[in-house]
Amino acid sequence: MNGAAVTQDGTEPQGGARRTLRFQRPHASVPQFTNSPTMIVMVGLPARGKTYISKKLTRYLNWIGVTTKVFNVGQYRRDATRSYNSFEFFRADNSEAMKIRKACAIAALKDVCNYFTLELGQVVVFDATNTTTERRDVILSFAKENGYKVFFVESICDDPEIIAENIKQVKLSSPDYIDCDKEEAVADFLKRIECYKLNYVPLDDNKDRNLSYIKIFNVGSRYLVNRVQDHIQSRIVYYLMNIHVTPRSIYLSRHGESELNLVGRIGGDSGLSPRGAKFASALGTYMRGQCISDLKVWTSHMKRTIQTAEALGVPYEQWKALNEIDAGVCEDMTYEEIQENYPEEFALRDQDKYRYRYPKGESYEDLVQRLEPVIMELERQENVLVICHQAVMRCLLAYFLDKTAHELPYLKCPLHTVLKLTPVAYGCKVESVFLNIEAVNTHRDKPVNVDVDREPAEALETVPDHI
Amino acid sequence: MPRELTQNRIQKIWVPTKDDKPAAPRRAAGAPHFANPPTVIVMVGLPARGKTYMSKKLTRYLNWIGMPTKVFNVGEYRREAVKNYSSYDFFKSDNECAVKIRQQCALAALRDVKSYLKDEGGQVAVFDATNTTRERRDMILQFGSENAFKIFFIESVCDDPSVIASNIMEVKVSCPDYRDCNKTDAMLDFQRRIECYKTSYQPLDPDQDLSFIKVIDVGRRFLVNRIQDHIQSKIVYYLMNIHVQPRTIYLCRHGESTDNLVGRLGGDAGLSPRGKQFSAALARFVEEQQLKDLKVWTSQLCRSIQTAEHLGVPYEQWKALNEIDAGICEEMTYDEVKEKFPEELALRDEDKYYYRYPAGESYQDLVQRVEPVIMDLERQENVLVICHQAVMRCLLAYFLDKSADEMPYLKCPLHTVLKLTPVAYGCKVESIYLNVEAANTHRDRPEEVKRGPGTLIRRNSVTPLTSPESNIKKPRIDELDEPPIQELHPSVASLALCSPSHLPLALAGQNLRRRSSSRHDLLQPCQ
Repeated sequence: MNGAAVTQDGTEPQGGARRTLRFQRPHASVPQFTNSPTMIVMVGLPARGKTYISKKLTRYLNWIGVTTKVFNVGQYRRDATRSYNSFEFFRADNSEAMKIRKACAIAALKDVCNYFTLELGQVVVFDATNTTTERRDVILSFAKENGYKVFFVESICDDPEIIAENIKQVKLSSPDYIDCDKEEAVADFLKRIECYKLNYVPLDDNKDRNLSYIKIFNVGSRYLVNRVQDHIQSRIVYYLMNIHVTPRSIYLSRHGESELNLVGRIGGDSGLSPRGAKFASALGTYMRGQCISDLKVWTSHMKRTIQTAEALGVPYEQWKALNEIDAGVCEDMTYEEIQENYPEEFALRDQDKYRYRYPKGESYEDLVQRLEPVIMELERQENVLVICHQAVMRCLLAYFLDKTAHELPYLKCPLHTVLKLTPVAYGCKVESVFLNIEAVNTHRDKPVNVDVDREPAEALETVPDHI
Repeated sequence: MPRELTQNRIQKIWVPTKDDKPAAPRRAAGAPHFANPPTVIVMVGLPARGKTYMSKKLTRYLNWIGMPTKVFNVGEYRREAVKNYSSYDFFKSDNECAVKIRQQCALAALRDVKSYLKDEGGQVAVFDATNTTRERRDMILQFGSENAFKIFFIESVCDDPSVIASNIMEVKVSCPDYRDCNKTDAMLDFQRRIECYKTSYQPLDPDQDLSFIKVIDVGRRFLVNRIQDHIQSKIVYYLMNIHVQPRTIYLCRHGESTDNLVGRLGGDAGLSPRGKQFSAALARFVEEQQLKDLKVWTSQLCRSIQTAEHLGVPYEQWKALNEIDAGICEEMTYDEVKEKFPEELALRDEDKYYYRYPAGESYQDLVQRVEPVIMDLERQENVLVICHQAVMRCLLAYFLDKSADEMPYLKCPLHTVLKLTPVAYGCKVESIYLNVEAANTHRDRPEEVKRGPGTLIRRNSVTPLTSPESNIKKPRIDELDEPPIQELHPSVASLALCSPSHLPLALAGQNLRRRSSSRHDLLQPCQ
């Protein structure tokens, strides 16, 4: 089937984030994760990981194609009040502050409404403490009026060490404490938590038995799940149950330079070039230098990644899901040959590289769906080295670094370069390590002219050099 | 120096050439397996709480995704040891004889669990019994610890009397224990049986450091504690997606395509005229079924979508439902394949489940690809899936618990709808031919297939099996004449003779008659 007609019609049920609404085929299917917009409502005392979960969950949902946005009420509060003075703002008897805080929540809800109706978002994460029944009832009424589903995520934690660590990681550097010294900030924040504790009413097993929620205890050692309504809530629960906060690093790398890379051909299943073999060896040295106990090594089913892993001399596991994007009829071709044989396809790809599917092949969008179980397992694991391919690595990287579908296909993932990802605070630190072995460049930027009737030279202007 | 690689001929997986001791354990699957220490899943709960239902369903799912799993139902061991069930008195906690027998049965079952996990290549054993006391569970934990097995508990808690009554009617009154009873008596006796357990029931306590999931009120609520690894995480996800609402799943292939007419594999052709006729017939069929809320799913290939278009209702396209990728053989006829790639065809016939087309897929790859579809099907209610031959075989194998060996040869002819209805512990299947002629695309397993040595038996590999047969056919009771005293603990055999008056235990020499059960019944209400 012609690539363009299929890929750009936004009909894939699992991941069809309708980021471009053109080419919508009449009578075609609609993504069916859920039929109503969903509000995920965080619940919990400060420093319980609500914002961490909100951001991570949002990143995941966007990556799998569910348009999601976080609304952090604390941010609204910071915008409404000129500056933060002290925990006194959060005292339950501070009626001035109470008014402001309530107004912020209402303002955030209004924006939620706009996000759903005007921006066609599918999921909203409402990130606030929401620790009283009263506040939660306000949200439930709001959702009911508007026909939104509500799913609560409550984080409960009593371990003082975890809380202290959270405060250190993300609170001390918050705008609220910008001019404070560390100890003062910690003391103030702890008092702030006490203000909330007085009125905190956790979700109740009995009174709230008709609500849909997940309670997370002590960073995931236990979960209580109530009334999951639909597919998206089920996926959210599964995701939350698989993530952890144990420090670890994920290493992403491509296979060593391959024979086909050298001659500028895409796809195929060739072996390593001599330089590629050198890289494999250098990779082994580098990984040993990282001194990791219990490193897992994953490859695809393609020869070039396996040969690379072989050089490490440690056990590795093969995942078919990590195979390079299937270029269908264009497998084993150079870009020049693609331009010659399929100039229209080549142009369409440049028009929408994320959704474009090679005839009889795959799109980046398909790749994301294929890779989702890999991501889920990566979340469960600790130290992992993933030896994969350019398009695959771009997809994985986009997940970790929260890149949009638009940016994803153009992320730079050069050969012979390891990306070391370490989770930190709310995101991911990335270190790029070039292992000093020359390789061809396989990165093709988007050309200026993407029209189907462009000149071949215009089409080929960004093709990297090769033999 | 990195080792040389060769691609193994059937699965097209690259492995180091000197294959004696590969540094990496060879994984036969498309995805790594993560349940390295064997796992014992321990069911917990009062009778009629769905333990056996969950055991069997979970086992079916795990086997289908390639994790060798087997259920060990202690009730069956008890039925073996005590030939005739007379009444609920057997289950009274003060019935010392019976308590001893029940204990021995549990131990015998655990012995078999150990043997399955250590010697028979099993990865997961489901220990299906009430396990309602802490004492019993501690014994199992001890067993697990001695043998380096992981233990994961699944507790089913339910107090809704209508659910319990319904369970009893569905699977208990027709059980061998009650074969000579009428329904009312059976129901009454069973309820009294439950009462026997209630007094000593100690539910799982979250404060103990155990790994478990408590399923409350048939899935309304779950308490999940300390998931240790990937397989436990998948089990939890699966249990959270299944439901017991009555519903029907319809599986069919697209209407006959123009490629089907000439015997071409794969491709993306449109419907033939007869294919269009079928689609119209399908539309009529669907209407006659009078279902509220039918979901229709298709693949992203033209022939499947064209078929759905005739129904005139919304449908969802799943790329995961696309036909198996025949790689370099795409769009060839079998004759052309035979001519151009005779060796590939032979390899395929040798091991059709694991065989991967060069640059294509295998049935094993298909299972992995199609797994999210199964997960979503479990969540859904009435669904019509319009797919393709190999894909339909995969889905059917899941619902009907067919092994990897059988899967590629399941009959899924064109223009025939398979209507699947869950019933009791299994699935009723009705085959409805819609009376529009079509080409036959089924290739039987060839007669003289040269089976390569050990292609189906691989060290470290996983060969999906059907949920293996019940333990009643264990080797240890092969000889009907062999006195059971050697197998059972001596005290149990002697117990057979010390029965309380109302408990007609068979004499030792007779009671371990092998029960023949037909494995081919689709309806298997009680094992």
